[in-house]
Amino acid sequence: MPSAPAGTLYRGREGMWSWVAHRVTGVLIFFFLLVHVLDTSLVRVSPEAYNAVIGTYKNPIMGLGEAGLVAAIVFHAFNGIRLMLVDFWSKGTRYHRVMLWVVMGLFVVTMAGFLPRHLMHVFGGE
Amino acid sequence: MTTTQTQAAAQLPIENPGEAYKRRKTTRGNFELYSWVFMRASGVVLLVLIFVHLFVNLVAGEGITAIDFGFVAGKWASPFWQVIDLVMLWLAMLHGTNGMRTIVNDYAERDGLRMWLKIALYTAFVVVTVLGTLVIFTFDPCPADAPANLLPSFCTA
Repeated sequence: MPSAPAGTLYRGREGMWSWVAHRVTGVLIFFFLLVHVLDTSLVRVSPEAYNAVIGTYKNPIMGLGEAGLVAAIVFHAFNGIRLMLVDFWSKGTRYHRVMLWVVMGLFVVTMAGFLPRHLMHVFGGE
Repeated sequence: MTTTQTQAAAQLPIENPGEAYKRRKTTRGNFELYSWVFMRASGVVLLVLIFVHLFVNLVAGEGITAIDFGFVAGKWASPFWQVIDLVMLWLAMLHGTNGMRTIVNDYAERDGLRMWLKIALYTAFVVVTVLGTLVIFTFDPCPADAPANLLPSFCTA
């Protein structure tokens, strides 16, 4: 392994970790998307086939997985806006760390709005 | 102009004097530039589309518990949601596949492995995108042989 240069703009700090998180969440969302299109395609087979497969998703474990998926999407979306500001805004590179904390703040607010309602649906019963 | 410069110019005549100066003479095209622009443009559109998708399907009404054939059929009976979901399908598949292509290029260092991973990736893209497109356009919200209680309410009206 080549040794790491010290003191670069991104390595090992907010810039690198947000880049890692963007990749990891992107890969997760991509694989979910493949499965999501395939299971939704069952509406073309029959109502029974679609309802049977969707029915297997309606349990607490999948419900928590959906919460994790939404969390990944929300982070990827807000960090994507931050990445565009770094690219296109003249002061983007100067404020890239501050903007990551703004992203985390917006993430917490969005999830605070989403999670209680979703978990209520998942755990609240009919 | 000095004598040496005049001589150099005489030795190397400009081939096409009217042609615009090009910094890079050999090129493999601007594909990576367009791909970079596409990721940003599609990202903004996907943010809006997917947030609406998540709100309508998971937050509004009864949330995830309401999702069944009747719910999907109710949405796709409308051309509005058909177009929204078609655009979302294509943009998300292109955005996701292009992101995966970048990651494969970054980490799969052996030529053979990289080639096979990309063949698998592009195959998945074609199969899933074509399937999803066909389903949106050939979908029947009221299939004739299905039990009425599984169908959206407008089927019996």
